Amino acid sequence: MYGLALLVSLPLVIVTGLLDYAAYGPQFGQALPSDVGWLRLPPFDWPTRPAWLFRLTQGLHVTLGIVLVPVVLAKLWSVTPKLFDWPPARSLAQVLERLSLLLLVGGILFQIATGLLNIQYAYLFGFDFYTAHYFGAWVFTAAFVVHVVLKLPRLVSALRSRSPRGELRAARAATRAEPADPDGLVAARPGPATETRRGALALVGGLSLLLGALTVGQSLDPLRRTALLLPRGRAPGGGPNGFPVNRAAAAAGVGEADTGRQWRLALRGGQRTATLDRDQLLSLPQHTAELPIACVEGWSTRQTWTGVRLRDLAALAGVPAPVSATVRSLERAGLFNQAVLASHQILDPDALLALRVNGADLSLDHGYPARVIVPALPGVHCTKWVNSIEFRARNA
Amino acid sequence: MRESTGGFRAWYGTGLRHLVLMVACFAVTGWIVLRLVGEPRAERMLLWFVGAAVVHDLLLFPVYATADAALRRLLGVDAHPGSGARVSALNHIRLPALAGGLLFLVYLPGILGQGGSTYLAATGQHRQPYLSRWLAITAALFLVSAVWYAIRISRRPCRSP
Repeated sequence: MYGLALLVSLPLVIVTGLLDYAAYGPQFGQALPSDVGWLRLPPFDWPTRPAWLFRLTQGLHVTLGIVLVPVVLAKLWSVTPKLFDWPPARSLAQVLERLSLLLLVGGILFQIATGLLNIQYAYLFGFDFYTAHYFGAWVFTAAFVVHVVLKLPRLVSALRSRSPRGELRAARAATRAEPADPDGLVAARPGPATETRRGALALVGGLSLLLGALTVGQSLDPLRRTALLLPRGRAPGGGPNGFPVNRAAAAAGVGEADTGRQWRLALRGGQRTATLDRDQLLSLPQHTAELPIACVEGWSTRQTWTGVRLRDLAALAGVPAPVSATVRSLERAGLFNQAVLASHQILDPDALLALRVNGADLSLDHGYPARVIVPALPGVHCTKWVNSIEFRARNA
Repeated sequence: MRESTGGFRAWYGTGLRHLVLMVACFAVTGWIVLRLVGEPRAERMLLWFVGAAVVHDLLLFPVYATADAALRRLLGVDAHPGSGARVSALNHIRLPALAGGLLFLVYLPGILGQGGSTYLAATGQHRQPYLSRWLAITAALFLVSAVWYAIRISRRPCRSP
């Protein structure tokens, strides 16, 4: 049963993880790790619609990944006695299969451990998270596919061998071990049943629900405080800017000195450079859009952003039909101090250089004087403290 | 032909399809290993990968299997196999203990307040250790389980011996 649950749900975690990678724009070399050879989805343009697309993929990846922890542990609990089989190897085939199981078990536990530490900002492992989690996923996926191909017939025959309804109805006193199986998974001398099968499934399902209940608040604004044990269960203060921050201005080295009255936005298009101050930006046509902002670390929020359409800025720079744009931040160092946007991400009517949020000026932590917000774009590519935007024309 | 497949089976242990699948699995892993060899701290990745399996199989699993066996012995569960006559406290202890342990494992960095500086840089907030929250949730689970146990005992029809 646990195997069946994982067979259905783990592919969803794998696919949403790969989609998150695609959302970062690997064609611009800005998905991490940048060089993955053929281990990726076929290249495609990450769409801007629906606006909640990235919120959904990353939310599912992280939340489902957490909810499945009890199922993975229960599955391992049911098969771990096999590890201590004696003699450890009877044939070459068995040796190879046991090695592939190390990749399977090591893989899933490695992915769970690195993922959980990453979303809670505890980089105890000391290596690059993106590289490890991405390639770890492929090691696991290969072992998972092979395991499913080999064991699917066993799963089907095990489920068919007895009536699931009968097993679920059986009282504890009537609960017996399964008949011996060809893989030797069933205990040879089982102890008396201390729980019904119904109870064991309810226990694992209940633990999954408990984890889900303590996690989902990171992705749903009205339930935010229910994520009692996770970083994004806390909203920083109240007011229009009282929603979670991804990178604090202090950490980015951006302060009042760079963002005060002398701040200017540079718009480049070919040889032309236009320079605007914040008042000039505010005097341009303003557009308001309700858009989610989502972080790959498993949290998101929906806010009302107001600012200048990116396509208006492109026209101002003399590139009304850009193929791409590079947005640079005032932040000098840092992995995400610039981002490349594709043509459709600039031209979307809701793609903004936001100056205000929820009717107030952006706070410094949310990117004052100006930040990018584009539908369905990963949060870290919605560049904060924008310094310049360079629009590229087709043949430039 | 049949003889040669039979020979292969005897030498390898099972059919050719199995070997093809194994080779495919190790080819992907081998390709990734070659790619990661030059990576900084690649040896730490390997350590964590193998370590994750070892810690689970040789530490976590024996610890909770032993704890469960001790609990069963303490409550004398195995001595009265299948005796439906008494309401066992076993699962009323197992359930909140498992839930509390699971929450601790999953939300460990928050509970122990790990990674304070990266947390501050990322969120703009100082980390509050969630230890007291975790203790409160675990205590609540034990309490609910105990109340449920009490209700089960009191509802049992009195039977003369």
